[in-house]
Amino acid sequence: MPAPIRLRELIRTIRTARTQAEEREMIQKECAAIRSSFREEDNTYRCRNVAKLLYMHMLGYPAHFGQLECLKLIASQKFTDKRIGYLGAMLLLDERQDVHLLMTNCIKNDLNHSTQYVQGLALCTLGCMGSSEMCRDLAGEVEKLLKTSNSYLRKKAALCAVHVIRKVPELMEMFLPATKNLLSEKNHGVLHTSVVLLTEMCERSPDMLLHFRKVWILVPQLVRILKNLIMSGYSPEHDVSGISDPFLQVRILRLLRILGRSDDDSSEAMNDILAQVATNTETSKNVGNAILYETVLTIMDIKSESGLRVLAINILGRFLLNNDKNIRYVALTSLLKTVQTDHNAVQRHRSTIVDCLKDLDVSIKRRAMELSFALVNGNNIRGMMKELLYFLDSCDPEFKADCASGVFLAAEKYAPSKRWHIDTIMRVLTTAGSYVRDDSVPNLIQLITNSVEMHAYTVQRLYKALLDDISQQPLVQVSSWCIGEYGDLLVSGQCEEEEPIQVTEDEVLDVLEGLLVSNLSTPVTRGYSLTAIMKLSTRFSSVNRIKKVVSIYGSSIDVELQQRAVEYNALFKKYDHMRPALLERMPIMEKTASNGPTEIVQTNGETEPSVPDTKHPPLVTQPANQANDLLDLLGGNDVVPVIQTTLPTKPASAGGELLDLLGDLSLSSGPAPAPSVPISQPPFLLDGLSSQPLFNDISAAIPPMTAYSKNGLKIEFTFERANPNPNIAVITIHATNTTEADMTEFVFQAAVPKTFQLQLLSPSSNMVPALNQGSVTQVIRVLNPQKQQLRMRVKLTYTHKGSPVQDLAEVNNFPPQSWQ
Amino acid sequence: MQFMLLFSRQGKLRLQKWYVPLSDKEKKKITRELVQTVLARKPKMCSFLEWRDLKVVYKRYASLYFCCAIENQDNELITLEIIHRYVELLDKYFGSVCELDIIFNFEKAYFILDEFLLGGEAQDTSKKNVLKAIEQADLLAEENRPRQFFFSLLS
Repeated sequence: MPAPIRLRELIRTIRTARTQAEEREMIQKECAAIRSSFREEDNTYRCRNVAKLLYMHMLGYPAHFGQLECLKLIASQKFTDKRIGYLGAMLLLDERQDVHLLMTNCIKNDLNHSTQYVQGLALCTLGCMGSSEMCRDLAGEVEKLLKTSNSYLRKKAALCAVHVIRKVPELMEMFLPATKNLLSEKNHGVLHTSVVLLTEMCERSPDMLLHFRKVWILVPQLVRILKNLIMSGYSPEHDVSGISDPFLQVRILRLLRILGRSDDDSSEAMNDILAQVATNTETSKNVGNAILYETVLTIMDIKSESGLRVLAINILGRFLLNNDKNIRYVALTSLLKTVQTDHNAVQRHRSTIVDCLKDLDVSIKRRAMELSFALVNGNNIRGMMKELLYFLDSCDPEFKADCASGVFLAAEKYAPSKRWHIDTIMRVLTTAGSYVRDDSVPNLIQLITNSVEMHAYTVQRLYKALLDDISQQPLVQVSSWCIGEYGDLLVSGQCEEEEPIQVTEDEVLDVLEGLLVSNLSTPVTRGYSLTAIMKLSTRFSSVNRIKKVVSIYGSSIDVELQQRAVEYNALFKKYDHMRPALLERMPIMEKTASNGPTEIVQTNGETEPSVPDTKHPPLVTQPANQANDLLDLLGGNDVVPVIQTTLPTKPASAGGELLDLLGDLSLSSGPAPAPSVPISQPPFLLDGLSSQPLFNDISAAIPPMTAYSKNGLKIEFTFERANPNPNIAVITIHATNTTEADMTEFVFQAAVPKTFQLQLLSPSSNMVPALNQGSVTQVIRVLNPQKQQLRMRVKLTYTHKGSPVQDLAEVNNFPPQSWQ
Repeated sequence: MQFMLLFSRQGKLRLQKWYVPLSDKEKKKITRELVQTVLARKPKMCSFLEWRDLKVVYKRYASLYFCCAIENQDNELITLEIIHRYVELLDKYFGSVCELDIIFNFEKAYFILDEFLLGGEAQDTSKKNVLKAIEQADLLAEENRPRQFFFSLLS
């Protein structure tokens, strides 16, 4: 049998292959040769063959038949064999293969080998791919090597220990004694790996962290080492661009961060050295900046004094101006992390951040966008919005959705005027209309409805936009809705804000009908425009034209459209007397929470017939909340009877809804409070509003409290935080009754100071059973944007033993976590 | 560090070091996707990108891309220095290293890497120490050589 070809020979040969097929052929031939060589148990060439196999494996070809051979190589006495054997093990074997456990014994022997390079190979392999079983078996050996005086082995053992701890955290304790003296080593390799080991232990175990902090008092030791590094002169061995051992410096800074986190003493002990590093490090090369970056991260994470924090933010600000885009990226990422806590300091760098929006790099642009939104406030809204809208115009499609949502949110929070708000939204819809999220349509409609004085202006602008472009669906949907509502204003040319345009009814109907037939319109949009046309039947005089359109669509192929048309037809024919009332102007919707899902309150009983849209998910109408006149309660004077509607949740079904409503509808135009009217709101307004679950993130940390306890009635509050908005606290009240008689007609009302907003959902029942046999629960949501201390005044009314009881109480003992 | 990949501008893999346990199939998938992503980057872009839930740091040296995936708490800038240090080690060892050196001596490239990093972290921050260790290990391997040489002469 001729000697197998050498590795380099093989590589050269394979590289001459011109096609994939040719290469495959060569490889197969060689694999066959290798396989037969393995079968012959040839010790001499095994090393060479496995090396060739590893090369072929890197090219992507299967090499599993070499696994056992690797084990044989590892067991060999020759160093070359071991080297390739261990390399093969690391490349071909992993903990999923049962074969790998066979390595354990070999590694154990090699860990005790007389040659340190063999020991090194074993440590390296164990530390790279050792499974938990292997680690358990060999941890003792590693620990032994951690105590050796040979620094070559010690540093490897330390990193191996890190791996062992990651795989089997329970073994951490056993390395503790050996770790103790590691930091007194002079050898930088040992120091570096020891710091890594200590870091790993601290991150994994809070007990260890405390131990290191208080018992070993690591911080001063680390500070000393760091100081020596900085102060010592030039050391050629560890120098990188004039900085002494930056790798070690960065690692020490990271460990300091963990030790100083939420600990005042440790943080104070490191203040000086951090300031020193921050001011003295050379910033001309990447190394220096790497150290500064780590320093900034540490300063921001520990309990540092404000001067140091400002220093850190200024470093980040300087980073932002750096030519190196990596540095800019890193700066933006860090600023994003600190913008919540050090808002004002970050604001100073706002203009630089906004400039980064124009950067060519995608990651930098994204960071800059996120940061810009975080920095928007009431003062800079106009300027910032200009920049952000410009960004929206020119950015990549992947950004448009997020940017549009961000613009909407910011506009909602800080809009200086209604007109500005509407203009901004119009701008977004016209430039990035197809990327806005679905829930922006109902939000926008609600916003428009609420800006009463802007109706004419809004509908005019939307109409003009529609004339330009009907391809962007959200824009088209909002426009058709508005035209349906305010078409009369459009035609009568009442606009005050800008030059009114001359539009006839027919022109308007032309546009709407155009939407119905256009290929660009989605079925949802068609639904909107059909409804809009219908609404105009009470606002325009050309009713006949509308009747005709509606009847045509009665036979439309689109089931949704057909159903609507048929129902509208029915309105014309049999229920014409109801039509004006049904299609009346939508009432103003009150927003009760400015963040998160908006609940809508109907303040009168007239509703539009619910026309469920099959595009939107089946609606579960959430129990509506009461009108928010609770502030009167705080004054303690005339208590306004709070409207509490207990609604049966009525899943919107596709069809038949209209007729149900028509049956139930009481057209008495009295004031609202008839609680029995099942209020179904138009689906496109509620969509996305109630679909968010209320309780996403339960923080068990907020303790419950007893809010009221008198005359046998006890009310307990339990707390949860509602994600995504941390400013909303969700309180569930539990009312129990220790007396022998039930408390019937139980009504719980609450009021909060002006800086808060309150939302009360329906109670579970009206009766608090006697003798703690049950409880009444009710959910309160409190929006607390200014994070002020929560106070609440509650009013309780119930009937007990035949007589009505009423009581007012103040609740002040809220746990701090509920409002912080 | 979770893994390091070296690949050419045509996407050919020259070295792969994995510090997390993954199946062969997963490794291939990750490699393919990441190589594609990095090769699609324009020269003006920064060296960092977010990929899945990891941070990826990459740098091109001549015709080779050096690509590392690090965890969220790792320092990107110092990772660039780690990559640079590895390139310096290769350069010192091979004498003005080029891609061909790494292709034909891939096992040596691995040995050097394994002497510099262990479990994804740097073992020694001194270039001199790492190179000395490799040198000594090579000598030890040389001691085996004469026997093999003698054998092949006879057969």
